[in-house]
Amino acid sequence: MRNILIIWQKELRSYFASPIAYLLLTMFALIFGFFFWNSLGYFVLMGMESQMRGQMMPMNLNEIVIRPLLSNVGVIGLFFIPMITMRLFAEEKRSGTIELLATSPIRDVEIIIGKWLAALSLYACMLLVAAVNFAFLFKYGKPDWKPLAIGYLGLLLQAGALLAIGTFISTLTKNQIIAGAATFGVCLLLWVLEWVSGYETATWAQVLAYMSIITHFESFAKGVLDSKDAIFYVTVIFLGLFFTARSMESLRWRT
Amino acid sequence: MITVKELTKRYARNTAVDHISFQVEKGQIVGFLGPNGAGKTTTMRMLTCFLPPTSGSATVAGYDVLEQPLEVKKRIGYLPETPPLYPEMETGEYLTFVGKLKGLSGAELRKRVDYVCDRCAIADVRNKLLGKLSKGYRQRVGLAQAIVHNPDVLILDEPTSGLDPKQINETRDLIKSLGGDHTIILSTHILPEVEQTCEQVIIINKGKLAATDSVQNLQNRARGAGSVLVEVSGRNGSLDLAAVQRRLEQVAGVAHVVAKHSRQNRSSFEVESGKGFVRGDLARAVVESGWDLNELRPSAMSLEEIFLQLTGAEATVREEEVAVRGAQ
Repeated sequence: MRNILIIWQKELRSYFASPIAYLLLTMFALIFGFFFWNSLGYFVLMGMESQMRGQMMPMNLNEIVIRPLLSNVGVIGLFFIPMITMRLFAEEKRSGTIELLATSPIRDVEIIIGKWLAALSLYACMLLVAAVNFAFLFKYGKPDWKPLAIGYLGLLLQAGALLAIGTFISTLTKNQIIAGAATFGVCLLLWVLEWVSGYETATWAQVLAYMSIITHFESFAKGVLDSKDAIFYVTVIFLGLFFTARSMESLRWRT
Repeated sequence: MITVKELTKRYARNTAVDHISFQVEKGQIVGFLGPNGAGKTTTMRMLTCFLPPTSGSATVAGYDVLEQPLEVKKRIGYLPETPPLYPEMETGEYLTFVGKLKGLSGAELRKRVDYVCDRCAIADVRNKLLGKLSKGYRQRVGLAQAIVHNPDVLILDEPTSGLDPKQINETRDLIKSLGGDHTIILSTHILPEVEQTCEQVIIINKGKLAATDSVQNLQNRARGAGSVLVEVSGRNGSLDLAAVQRRLEQVAGVAHVVAKHSRQNRSSFEVESGKGFVRGDLARAVVESGWDLNELRPSAMSLEEIFLQLTGAEATVREEEVAVRGAQ
Protein backbone atom coordinates (compact mmCIF):
# COMPACT_ATOMS: atom_id res chain seq x y z
CA MET A 1 0.00 0.00 0.00
CA ARG A 2 2.82 2.35 0.94
CA ASN A 3 4.58 1.55 -2.31
CA ILE A 4 1.45 2.26 -4.36
CA LEU A 5 1.29 5.64 -2.68
CA ILE A 6 4.94 6.39 -3.47
CA ILE A 7 4.42 5.62 -7.15
CA TRP A 8 1.11 7.51 -7.23
CA GLN A 9 2.76 10.55 -5.73
CA LYS A 10 5.67 10.43 -8.15
CA GLU A 11 3.41 10.09 -11.19
CA LEU A 12 1.09 12.89 -10.15
CA ARG A 13 4.14 15.05 -9.48
CA SER A 14 5.38 14.25 -13.01
CA TYR A 15 2.04 15.27 -14.51
CA PHE A 16 2.04 18.57 -12.66
CA ALA A 17 5.77 19.27 -12.92
CA SER A 18 5.49 19.22 -16.70
CA PRO A 19 2.97 21.19 -18.72
CA ILE A 20 0.97 18.02 -19.45
CA ALA A 21 -1.52 18.36 -16.59
CA TYR A 22 -2.04 22.10 -17.02
CA LEU A 23 -2.45 21.78 -20.78
CA LEU A 24 -4.97 18.95 -20.46
CA LEU A 25 -6.93 20.75 -17.74
CA THR A 26 -7.00 24.01 -19.67
CA MET A 27 -8.10 22.37 -22.89
CA PHE A 28 -10.73 20.40 -21.05
CA ALA A 29 -12.00 23.49 -19.25
CA LEU A 30 -12.31 25.33 -22.56
CA ILE A 31 -14.02 22.51 -24.43
CA PHE A 32 -16.34 21.55 -21.64
CA GLY A 33 -17.13 25.19 -20.96
CA PHE A 34 -18.20 25.55 -24.57
CA PHE A 35 -20.43 22.48 -24.33
CA PHE A 36 -21.95 23.78 -21.12
CA TRP A 37 -22.61 27.21 -22.54
CA ASN A 38 -24.32 25.74 -25.60
CA SER A 39 -26.41 23.41 -23.57
CA LEU A 40 -27.50 26.23 -21.28
CA GLY A 41 -28.29 28.48 -24.22
CA TYR A 42 -30.53 25.77 -25.64
CA PHE A 43 -32.21 25.33 -22.27
CA VAL A 44 -32.93 29.05 -21.94
CA LEU A 45 -34.33 29.19 -25.47
CA MET A 46 -36.65 26.30 -24.76
CA GLY A 47 -37.79 28.00 -21.59
CA MET A 48 -38.61 31.21 -23.44
CA GLU A 49 -40.47 29.39 -26.21
CA SER A 50 -42.65 27.49 -23.80
CA GLN A 51 -43.42 30.72 -21.97
CA MET A 52 -44.41 32.47 -25.19
CA ARG A 53 -46.76 29.64 -26.04
CA GLY A 54 -48.24 30.20 -22.62
CA GLN A 55 -47.71 26.62 -21.57
CA MET A 56 -46.09 26.03 -18.23
CA MET A 57 -44.39 22.74 -19.04
CA PRO A 58 -42.14 21.72 -16.17
CA MET A 59 -38.56 21.79 -17.41
CA ASN A 60 -36.04 19.53 -15.81
CA LEU A 61 -32.41 20.64 -15.53
CA ASN A 62 -31.27 17.08 -14.92
CA GLU A 63 -33.00 15.75 -18.03
CA ILE A 64 -32.19 18.55 -20.43
CA VAL A 65 -28.80 19.84 -19.29
CA ILE A 66 -26.99 17.42 -17.00
CA ARG A 67 -27.70 14.12 -18.70
CA PRO A 68 -26.42 15.01 -22.18
CA LEU A 69 -23.53 16.96 -20.67
CA LEU A 70 -22.37 13.92 -18.72
CA SER A 71 -22.31 11.91 -21.94
CA ASN A 72 -20.37 14.76 -23.53
CA VAL A 73 -17.78 14.64 -20.77
CA GLY A 74 -17.30 10.98 -21.64
CA VAL A 75 -16.72 11.84 -25.30
CA ILE A 76 -14.27 14.62 -24.51
CA GLY A 77 -12.50 12.30 -22.11
CA LEU A 78 -12.07 9.83 -24.94
CA PHE A 79 -9.70 12.29 -26.61
CA PHE A 80 -7.84 13.08 -23.43
CA ILE A 81 -7.35 9.57 -22.07
CA PRO A 82 -4.65 8.52 -24.57
CA MET A 83 -2.75 11.68 -23.72
CA ILE A 84 -2.87 10.80 -20.05
CA THR A 85 -1.78 7.18 -20.34
CA MET A 86 0.63 7.17 -23.25
CA ARG A 87 3.63 8.20 -21.19
CA LEU A 88 3.04 5.94 -18.19
CA PHE A 89 5.31 3.09 -19.23
CA ALA A 90 6.58 4.11 -22.66
CA GLU A 91 8.54 6.99 -21.18
CA GLU A 92 10.10 4.86 -18.45
CA LYS A 93 11.09 2.29 -21.03
CA ARG A 94 12.64 4.84 -23.32
CA SER A 95 14.63 6.67 -20.63
CA GLY A 96 15.68 3.48 -18.84
CA THR A 97 14.09 4.47 -15.55
CA ILE A 98 12.04 1.30 -15.74
CA GLU A 99 15.26 -0.41 -14.62
CA LEU A 100 15.16 1.57 -11.40
CA LEU A 101 11.57 0.58 -10.70
CA ALA A 102 12.12 -3.04 -11.67
CA THR A 103 15.17 -3.42 -9.44
CA SER A 104 13.57 -1.78 -6.42
CA PRO A 105 11.96 -3.89 -3.71
CA ILE A 106 8.46 -3.22 -4.97
CA ARG A 107 6.02 -5.47 -6.77
CA ASP A 108 4.97 -4.96 -10.38
CA VAL A 109 1.34 -4.79 -9.26
CA GLU A 110 2.15 -1.88 -6.97
CA ILE A 111 3.84 0.00 -9.79
CA ILE A 112 0.88 -0.61 -12.11
CA ILE A 113 -1.83 0.33 -9.64
CA GLY A 114 0.11 3.40 -8.55
CA LYS A 115 0.43 4.61 -12.12
CA TRP A 116 -3.18 3.84 -13.01
CA LEU A 117 -4.43 5.62 -9.89
CA ALA A 118 -2.33 8.66 -10.80
CA ALA A 119 -3.88 8.70 -14.28
CA LEU A 120 -7.34 8.34 -12.75
CA SER A 121 -6.57 11.18 -10.34
CA LEU A 122 -5.68 13.48 -13.20
CA TYR A 123 -8.95 12.55 -14.89
CA ALA A 124 -10.74 13.28 -11.61
CA CYS A 125 -9.17 16.73 -11.68
CA MET A 126 -10.76 17.25 -15.09
CA LEU A 127 -14.10 16.19 -13.64
CA LEU A 128 -13.60 18.78 -10.90
CA VAL A 129 -13.16 21.43 -13.56
CA ALA A 130 -16.45 20.30 -15.05
CA ALA A 131 -18.00 20.47 -11.58
CA VAL A 132 -17.28 24.20 -11.45
CA ASN A 133 -19.72 24.57 -14.35
CA PHE A 134 -22.31 22.35 -12.73
CA ALA A 135 -22.02 24.45 -9.57
CA PHE A 136 -23.68 27.32 -11.44
CA LEU A 137 -26.73 25.15 -12.00
CA PHE A 138 -27.03 24.71 -8.26
CA LYS A 139 -26.62 28.42 -7.70
CA TYR A 140 -29.41 29.47 -10.09
CA GLY A 141 -31.56 26.37 -10.25
CA LYS A 142 -32.54 23.37 -8.24
CA PRO A 143 -31.28 20.26 -9.99
CA ASP A 144 -31.26 16.96 -8.14
CA TRP A 145 -27.69 16.25 -6.98
CA LYS A 146 -28.07 12.46 -6.74
CA PRO A 147 -28.23 11.66 -10.47
CA LEU A 148 -25.27 13.96 -10.96
CA ALA A 149 -23.25 12.12 -8.32
CA ILE A 150 -24.09 8.78 -9.90
CA GLY A 151 -23.19 10.20 -13.31
CA TYR A 152 -19.83 11.24 -11.91
CA LEU A 153 -19.29 7.78 -10.49
CA GLY A 154 -20.10 6.35 -13.92
CA LEU A 155 -17.65 8.72 -15.58
CA LEU A 156 -14.91 7.68 -13.20
CA LEU A 157 -15.60 4.01 -13.80
CA GLN A 158 -15.74 4.49 -17.55
CA ALA A 159 -12.50 6.46 -17.56
CA GLY A 160 -10.93 3.91 -15.23
CA ALA A 161 -11.67 1.19 -17.78
CA LEU A 162 -10.24 3.17 -20.70
CA LEU A 163 -7.24 4.25 -18.64
CA ALA A 164 -6.53 0.63 -17.74
CA ILE A 165 -6.53 -0.23 -21.44
CA GLY A 166 -4.26 2.74 -22.13
CA THR A 167 -1.90 1.68 -19.36
CA PHE A 168 -1.65 -1.75 -20.90
CA ILE A 169 -0.93 -0.37 -24.37
CA SER A 170 1.74 1.90 -22.92
CA THR A 171 3.71 -1.13 -21.73
CA LEU A 172 3.88 -2.48 -25.27
CA THR A 173 6.11 0.18 -26.77
CA LYS A 174 8.90 2.62 -26.07
CA ASN A 175 7.28 5.20 -28.28
CA GLN A 176 4.74 7.49 -26.65
CA ILE A 177 3.17 8.50 -29.94
CA ILE A 178 2.53 4.88 -30.85
CA ALA A 179 1.10 4.20 -27.41
CA GLY A 180 -1.15 7.26 -27.67
CA ALA A 181 -2.38 6.54 -31.19
CA ALA A 182 -3.06 2.89 -30.45
CA THR A 183 -4.92 3.76 -27.27
CA PHE A 184 -7.01 6.32 -29.10
CA GLY A 185 -7.85 3.78 -31.80
CA VAL A 186 -8.89 1.11 -29.34
CA CYS A 187 -10.92 3.53 -27.23
CA LEU A 188 -12.71 4.93 -30.26
CA LEU A 189 -13.50 1.46 -31.51
CA LEU A 190 -14.87 0.45 -28.12
CA TRP A 191 -16.96 3.58 -28.28
CA VAL A 192 -18.57 3.02 -31.67
CA LEU A 193 -19.10 -0.72 -31.36
CA GLU A 194 -22.53 0.15 -30.05
CA TRP A 195 -23.63 1.38 -33.51
CA VAL A 196 -24.13 -2.14 -34.84
CA SER A 197 -27.17 -2.51 -32.61
CA GLY A 198 -28.82 0.17 -34.74
CA TYR A 199 -29.33 -2.06 -37.78
CA GLU A 200 -28.60 -5.61 -36.67
CA THR A 201 -30.19 -7.72 -33.99
CA ALA A 202 -28.26 -10.97 -34.38
CA THR A 203 -26.41 -12.39 -31.42
CA TRP A 204 -23.00 -11.21 -32.64
CA ALA A 205 -24.27 -7.68 -32.92
CA GLN A 206 -25.66 -7.86 -29.41
CA VAL A 207 -22.31 -9.10 -28.12
CA LEU A 208 -20.47 -6.32 -29.93
CA ALA A 209 -22.85 -3.70 -28.64
CA TYR A 210 -22.49 -5.10 -25.15
CA MET A 211 -18.74 -4.74 -25.38
CA SER A 212 -19.10 -1.09 -26.23
CA ILE A 213 -17.97 1.19 -23.45
CA ILE A 214 -20.87 3.57 -24.10
CA THR A 215 -23.71 1.05 -23.74
CA HIS A 216 -22.98 0.80 -20.06
CA PHE A 217 -22.92 4.49 -19.42
CA GLU A 218 -26.56 5.14 -20.31
CA SER A 219 -27.84 4.02 -16.95
CA PHE A 220 -25.28 6.16 -15.10
CA ALA A 221 -26.19 9.21 -17.22
CA LYS A 222 -29.82 8.72 -16.22
CA GLY A 223 -28.74 8.66 -12.60
CA VAL A 224 -29.44 4.99 -12.15
CA LEU A 225 -26.82 2.90 -10.42
CA ASP A 226 -27.04 -0.43 -12.25
CA SER A 227 -24.73 -3.03 -10.75
CA LYS A 228 -24.58 -4.81 -14.14
CA ASP A 229 -22.92 -1.81 -15.74
CA ALA A 230 -20.70 -1.07 -12.76
CA ILE A 231 -19.48 -4.65 -12.85
CA PHE A 232 -18.75 -4.35 -16.56
CA TYR A 233 -16.45 -1.38 -15.98
CA VAL A 234 -14.78 -2.96 -12.98
CA THR A 235 -14.16 -6.08 -15.03
CA VAL A 236 -12.54 -4.09 -17.84
CA ILE A 237 -10.39 -2.25 -15.30
CA PHE A 238 -9.33 -5.52 -13.76
CA LEU A 239 -8.57 -7.11 -17.14
CA GLY A 240 -6.64 -4.09 -18.35
CA LEU A 241 -4.45 -4.03 -15.26
CA PHE A 242 -4.06 -7.79 -15.36
CA PHE A 243 -2.79 -7.64 -18.94
CA THR A 244 -0.49 -4.80 -17.93
CA ALA A 245 1.02 -7.03 -15.27
CA ARG A 246 1.46 -9.88 -17.73
CA SER A 247 3.00 -7.51 -20.25
CA MET A 248 5.47 -6.19 -17.68
CA GLU A 249 6.41 -9.71 -16.81
CA SER A 250 6.96 -10.66 -20.43
CA LEU A 251 9.03 -7.51 -20.85
CA ARG A 252 11.59 -9.11 -18.58
CA TRP A 253 11.68 -12.30 -20.55
CA ARG A 254 11.94 -10.54 -23.87
CA THR A 255 14.39 -7.70 -23.36
CA MET B 1 28.19 -12.48 -0.85
CA ILE B 2 27.41 -13.27 -4.46
CA THR B 3 27.36 -16.78 -5.82
CA VAL B 4 26.70 -17.45 -9.45
CA LYS B 5 26.34 -20.98 -10.72
CA GLU B 6 26.07 -21.99 -14.35
CA LEU B 7 24.13 -18.83 -15.09
CA THR B 8 22.77 -18.80 -18.63
CA LYS B 9 20.67 -16.36 -20.60
CA ARG B 10 19.42 -17.42 -23.99
CA TYR B 11 17.47 -15.32 -26.41
CA ALA B 12 15.63 -16.60 -29.43
CA ARG B 13 18.69 -16.48 -31.67
CA ASN B 14 21.73 -16.17 -29.48
CA THR B 15 23.10 -17.00 -26.08
CA ALA B 16 24.07 -13.82 -24.30
CA VAL B 17 25.48 -15.47 -21.20
CA ASP B 18 26.67 -19.04 -21.32
CA HIS B 19 27.11 -21.09 -18.13
CA ILE B 20 28.97 -18.52 -16.07
CA SER B 21 30.01 -19.36 -12.53
CA PHE B 22 31.86 -17.17 -10.06
CA GLN B 23 31.88 -16.04 -6.50
CA VAL B 24 32.41 -12.71 -4.84
CA GLU B 25 33.38 -12.38 -1.19
CA LYS B 26 32.03 -9.74 1.15
CA GLY B 27 33.67 -6.34 0.88
CA GLN B 28 35.48 -7.07 -2.36
CA ILE B 29 35.59 -4.83 -5.40
CA VAL B 30 35.34 -6.96 -8.48
CA GLY B 31 35.95 -5.79 -12.01
CA PHE B 32 33.73 -7.29 -14.62
CA LEU B 33 35.68 -7.07 -17.81
CA GLY B 34 34.86 -7.83 -21.39
CA PRO B 35 34.57 -6.32 -24.83
CA ASN B 36 31.31 -4.70 -25.85
CA GLY B 37 28.53 -7.23 -26.22
CA ALA B 38 30.28 -9.82 -24.06
CA GLY B 39 27.28 -10.23 -21.77
CA LYS B 40 28.34 -7.97 -18.91
CA THR B 41 25.13 -5.99 -18.77
CA THR B 42 22.99 -9.09 -19.17
CA THR B 43 24.76 -10.78 -16.26
CA MET B 44 24.34 -7.71 -14.10
CA ARG B 45 20.69 -7.46 -15.01
CA MET B 46 20.21 -11.04 -13.93
CA LEU B 47 21.94 -10.33 -10.61
CA THR B 48 19.64 -7.37 -10.00
CA CYS B 49 16.52 -9.41 -10.80
CA PHE B 50 15.76 -7.25 -13.82
CA LEU B 51 16.09 -10.23 -16.15
CA PRO B 52 15.35 -13.80 -15.14
CA PRO B 53 18.05 -16.33 -16.07
CA THR B 54 17.21 -19.05 -18.60
CA SER B 55 18.98 -21.58 -16.43
CA GLY B 56 21.43 -21.73 -13.59
CA SER B 57 21.19 -19.85 -10.35
CA ALA B 58 22.48 -16.74 -8.68
CA THR B 59 22.27 -15.85 -5.01
CA VAL B 60 22.93 -12.44 -3.55
CA ALA B 61 23.45 -12.15 0.21
CA GLY B 62 22.05 -15.65 0.53
CA TYR B 63 18.84 -15.02 -1.41
CA ASP B 64 18.06 -16.56 -4.76
CA VAL B 65 17.30 -14.04 -7.50
CA LEU B 66 14.41 -16.10 -8.84
CA GLU B 67 12.85 -17.24 -5.60
CA GLN B 68 13.21 -14.21 -3.35
CA PRO B 69 13.66 -11.25 -5.68
CA LEU B 70 12.27 -8.74 -3.19
CA GLU B 71 14.85 -9.71 -0.57
CA VAL B 72 17.62 -9.51 -3.16
CA LYS B 73 16.43 -6.10 -4.39
CA LYS B 74 16.44 -4.73 -0.85
CA ARG B 75 20.13 -5.53 -0.57
CA ILE B 76 21.28 -4.35 -3.97
CA GLY B 77 22.14 -0.94 -5.29
CA TYR B 78 22.22 -0.78 -9.07
CA LEU B 79 23.56 1.84 -11.43
CA PRO B 80 22.56 0.93 -15.00
CA GLU B 81 24.60 2.05 -17.96
CA THR B 82 22.50 5.18 -18.34
CA PRO B 83 21.63 6.53 -14.89
CA PRO B 84 17.87 6.10 -14.41
CA LEU B 85 16.98 9.73 -13.81
CA TYR B 86 13.67 11.54 -14.20
CA PRO B 87 14.49 14.81 -15.96
CA GLU B 88 11.56 16.67 -14.40
CA MET B 89 12.68 15.95 -10.83
CA GLU B 90 15.13 17.85 -8.68
CA THR B 91 18.16 16.01 -7.35
CA GLY B 92 17.11 16.00 -3.70
CA GLU B 93 13.55 15.12 -4.55
CA TYR B 94 14.71 12.26 -6.77
CA LEU B 95 16.97 10.78 -4.09
CA THR B 96 14.12 11.02 -1.59
CA PHE B 97 11.85 9.19 -4.04
CA VAL B 98 14.41 6.43 -4.59
CA GLY B 99 15.02 6.17 -0.83
CA LYS B 100 11.30 5.70 -0.27
CA LEU B 101 11.15 3.11 -3.03
CA LYS B 102 13.93 1.20 -1.30
CA GLY B 103 12.01 1.24 1.98
CA LEU B 104 13.50 4.17 3.89
CA SER B 105 11.32 6.69 5.68
CA GLY B 106 11.27 9.57 8.13
CA ALA B 107 14.44 10.82 9.80
CA GLU B 108 16.52 7.95 8.44
CA LEU B 109 15.55 8.82 4.88
CA ARG B 110 16.55 12.45 5.37
CA LYS B 111 19.81 11.43 6.98
CA ARG B 112 20.72 9.06 4.15
CA VAL B 113 19.85 11.59 1.45
CA ASP B 114 22.05 14.19 3.16
CA TYR B 115 24.80 11.63 3.51
CA VAL B 116 24.85 10.49 -0.12
CA CYS B 117 24.65 14.08 -1.37
CA ASP B 118 27.71 14.79 0.67
CA ARG B 119 29.51 11.60 -0.25
CA CYS B 120 28.94 11.89 -3.99
CA ALA B 121 29.64 15.63 -4.01
CA ILE B 122 26.26 16.60 -5.43
CA ALA B 123 25.07 18.81 -2.58
CA ASP B 124 25.51 21.89 -4.76
CA VAL B 125 23.01 20.63 -7.36
CA ARG B 126 20.44 19.47 -4.83
CA ASN B 127 17.80 21.88 -6.04
CA LYS B 128 18.55 21.58 -9.72
CA LEU B 129 16.45 19.71 -12.23
CA LEU B 130 18.03 16.40 -13.20
CA GLY B 131 17.40 17.13 -16.86
CA LYS B 132 19.71 20.14 -16.61
CA LEU B 133 22.69 18.38 -15.04
CA SER B 134 25.94 17.71 -16.83
CA LYS B 135 27.01 14.16 -17.62
CA GLY B 136 29.40 13.99 -14.67
CA TYR B 137 26.74 15.09 -12.21
CA ARG B 138 24.22 12.71 -13.67
CA GLN B 139 26.60 9.83 -13.20
CA ARG B 140 27.21 10.87 -9.60
CA VAL B 141 23.51 11.24 -8.89
CA GLY B 142 23.16 7.76 -10.37
CA LEU B 143 25.77 6.49 -7.96
CA ALA B 144 24.11 8.32 -5.06
CA GLN B 145 20.83 6.70 -6.04
CA ALA B 146 22.49 3.28 -5.90
CA ILE B 147 23.86 3.71 -2.38
CA VAL B 148 21.04 5.70 -0.80
CA HIS B 149 19.66 2.69 1.08
CA ASN B 150 23.12 1.50 2.17
CA PRO B 151 22.94 -1.80 0.28
CA ASP B 152 25.24 -4.74 0.93
CA VAL B 153 25.94 -5.16 -2.75
CA LEU B 154 26.58 -2.50 -5.34
CA ILE B 155 26.33 -3.29 -9.02
CA LEU B 156 27.67 -0.60 -11.30
CA ASP B 157 27.43 -0.85 -15.05
CA GLU B 158 30.27 1.17 -16.58
CA PRO B 159 30.25 3.83 -13.88
CA THR B 160 32.91 5.95 -15.56
CA SER B 161 31.73 5.88 -19.15
CA GLY B 162 31.43 9.28 -20.74
CA LEU B 163 33.22 11.18 -17.99
CA ASP B 164 36.24 13.42 -18.41
CA PRO B 165 39.57 12.24 -16.93
CA LYS B 166 39.20 14.28 -13.76
CA GLN B 167 35.71 12.99 -13.17
CA ILE B 168 36.87 9.46 -13.89
CA ASN B 169 39.48 9.75 -11.16
CA GLU B 170 36.98 11.19 -8.72
CA THR B 171 34.49 8.45 -9.46
CA ARG B 172 37.15 5.79 -9.08
CA ASP B 173 38.22 7.19 -5.73
CA LEU B 174 34.61 7.28 -4.65
CA ILE B 175 34.10 3.67 -5.66
CA LYS B 176 37.29 2.62 -3.94
CA SER B 177 36.22 4.36 -0.76
CA LEU B 178 32.88 2.55 -0.92
CA GLY B 179 34.60 -0.83 -0.97
CA GLY B 180 34.89 -2.50 2.39
CA ASP B 181 31.40 -1.45 3.50
CA HIS B 182 29.89 -2.67 0.29
CA THR B 183 30.58 -5.55 -2.01
CA ILE B 184 30.99 -4.01 -5.43
CA ILE B 185 30.82 -5.38 -8.93
CA LEU B 186 31.64 -2.91 -11.62
CA SER B 187 31.73 -3.56 -15.30
CA THR B 188 34.07 -1.81 -17.63
CA HIS B 189 36.10 -2.20 -20.74
CA ILE B 190 38.76 0.19 -19.53
CA LEU B 191 41.65 -1.89 -18.23
CA PRO B 192 43.57 0.60 -16.10
CA GLU B 193 40.37 1.11 -14.20
CA VAL B 194 40.41 -2.51 -13.12
CA GLU B 195 44.09 -2.41 -12.27
CA GLN B 196 43.51 0.64 -10.13
CA THR B 197 40.23 -0.03 -8.41
CA CYS B 198 39.60 -3.73 -8.25
CA GLU B 199 40.99 -6.58 -6.27
CA GLN B 200 39.51 -9.26 -8.43
CA VAL B 201 38.75 -9.55 -12.11
CA ILE B 202 36.18 -11.57 -13.93
CA ILE B 203 36.79 -11.58 -17.64
CA ILE B 204 34.03 -12.68 -19.94
CA ASN B 205 33.97 -12.91 -23.67
CA LYS B 206 31.10 -13.83 -25.97
CA GLY B 207 29.03 -14.84 -22.97
CA LYS B 208 31.62 -17.27 -21.65
CA LEU B 209 33.83 -16.93 -18.63
CA ALA B 210 37.40 -16.38 -19.82
CA ALA B 211 39.13 -15.93 -16.48
CA THR B 212 38.41 -15.12 -12.89
CA ASP B 213 41.25 -14.28 -10.56
CA SER B 214 42.80 -11.54 -8.50
CA VAL B 215 44.50 -8.78 -10.47
CA GLN B 216 47.80 -9.77 -8.83
CA ASN B 217 47.43 -13.42 -9.76
CA LEU B 218 46.51 -12.67 -13.32
CA GLN B 219 49.63 -10.60 -13.77
CA ASN B 220 51.71 -13.27 -12.07
CA ARG B 221 50.17 -15.93 -14.19
CA ALA B 222 51.28 -14.20 -17.31
CA ARG B 223 54.72 -13.77 -15.81
CA GLY B 224 54.83 -17.34 -14.55
CA ALA B 225 54.83 -18.60 -18.08
CA GLY B 226 58.55 -17.94 -17.81
CA SER B 227 58.90 -15.49 -20.60
CA VAL B 228 62.10 -13.45 -20.48
CA LEU B 229 63.05 -10.49 -22.60
CA VAL B 230 66.72 -10.29 -23.59
CA GLU B 231 68.29 -7.38 -25.40
CA VAL B 232 71.68 -8.03 -26.89
CA SER B 233 74.08 -5.79 -28.81
CA GLY B 234 77.29 -6.58 -30.62
CA ARG B 235 80.58 -5.13 -29.39
CA ASN B 236 82.04 -4.22 -32.75
CA GLY B 237 79.01 -2.82 -34.40
CA SER B 238 77.75 -5.93 -36.12
CA LEU B 239 75.53 -8.60 -34.69
CA ASP B 240 74.67 -11.91 -36.27
CA LEU B 241 71.03 -12.34 -35.39
CA ALA B 242 70.87 -15.99 -36.30
CA ALA B 243 73.96 -16.76 -34.21
CA VAL B 244 72.49 -15.08 -31.14
CA GLN B 245 69.26 -16.93 -31.58
CA ARG B 246 71.11 -20.25 -31.96
CA ARG B 247 73.19 -19.57 -28.86
CA LEU B 248 70.14 -18.65 -26.77
CA GLU B 249 68.34 -21.74 -27.88
CA GLN B 250 71.23 -23.86 -26.68
CA VAL B 251 70.85 -22.64 -23.07
CA ALA B 252 69.48 -25.44 -20.89
CA GLY B 253 65.80 -25.09 -20.17
CA VAL B 254 64.96 -22.74 -23.03
CA ALA B 255 62.00 -23.91 -25.05
CA HIS B 256 61.51 -21.24 -27.62
CA VAL B 257 63.24 -18.07 -28.79
CA VAL B 258 61.49 -15.37 -30.78
CA ALA B 259 63.29 -12.42 -32.26
CA LYS B 260 61.27 -9.33 -31.48
CA HIS B 261 62.80 -6.04 -32.48
CA SER B 262 66.04 -5.25 -34.07
CA ARG B 263 67.55 -1.89 -34.81
CA GLN B 264 71.14 -1.09 -35.73
CA ASN B 265 73.32 -3.44 -33.75
CA ARG B 266 70.82 -4.11 -31.01
CA SER B 267 68.13 -6.71 -30.99
CA SER B 268 65.77 -8.14 -28.46
CA PHE B 269 64.49 -11.66 -28.11
CA GLU B 270 61.70 -13.17 -26.20
CA VAL B 271 62.83 -16.37 -24.57
CA GLU B 272 60.30 -18.85 -23.30
CA SER B 273 61.57 -21.38 -20.84
CA GLY B 274 59.81 -24.60 -20.15
CA LYS B 275 60.81 -24.82 -16.51
CA GLY B 276 63.06 -23.33 -13.90
CA PHE B 277 65.04 -20.17 -13.69
CA VAL B 278 67.06 -19.49 -16.83
CA ARG B 279 67.97 -15.83 -16.51
CA GLY B 280 71.42 -16.52 -15.01
CA ASP B 281 72.33 -19.00 -17.71
CA LEU B 282 71.09 -16.66 -20.43
CA ALA B 283 73.24 -13.80 -19.12
CA ARG B 284 76.31 -15.97 -18.97
CA ALA B 285 75.73 -17.34 -22.45
CA VAL B 286 75.43 -13.87 -23.96
CA VAL B 287 78.45 -12.44 -22.19
CA GLU B 288 80.64 -15.48 -22.85
CA SER B 289 79.86 -15.27 -26.54
CA GLY B 290 81.32 -11.79 -26.59
CA TRP B 291 78.09 -9.80 -26.92
CA ASP B 292 76.77 -7.11 -24.64
CA LEU B 293 73.74 -7.80 -22.51
CA ASN B 294 71.71 -4.58 -22.48
CA GLU B 295 68.58 -5.76 -20.80
CA LEU B 296 67.26 -8.86 -19.17
CA ARG B 297 63.82 -8.86 -17.59
CA PRO B 298 60.79 -11.03 -17.12
CA SER B 299 58.30 -9.93 -19.72
CA ALA B 300 55.22 -9.42 -17.58
CA MET B 301 52.16 -8.95 -19.67
CA SER B 302 50.03 -5.99 -18.86
CA LEU B 303 46.41 -6.69 -18.12
CA GLU B 304 45.79 -5.38 -21.57
CA GLU B 305 47.70 -8.21 -23.18
CA ILE B 306 46.16 -10.81 -20.92
CA PHE B 307 42.79 -9.43 -21.78
CA LEU B 308 43.44 -9.52 -25.49
CA GLN B 309 44.82 -13.01 -25.21
CA LEU B 310 41.90 -14.28 -23.19
CA THR B 311 39.27 -12.67 -25.34
CA GLY B 312 40.62 -14.21 -28.49
CA ALA B 313 42.29 -11.13 -29.91
CA GLU B 314 45.71 -12.82 -29.70
CA ALA B 315 45.43 -13.67 -33.36
CA THR B 316 46.31 -10.09 -34.23
CA VAL B 317 49.27 -10.12 -31.82
CA ARG B 318 50.64 -13.24 -33.52
CA GLU B 319 50.28 -11.62 -36.88
CA GLU B 320 52.39 -8.72 -35.71
CA GLU B 321 55.11 -11.10 -34.58
CA VAL B 322 55.11 -12.84 -37.92
CA ALA B 323 55.43 -9.49 -39.60
CA VAL B 324 58.42 -8.62 -37.44
CA ARG B 325 60.08 -11.92 -38.17
CA GLY B 326 59.38 -11.57 -41.85
CA ALA B 327 61.03 -8.15 -41.88
CA GLN B 328 64.21 -9.66 -40.59
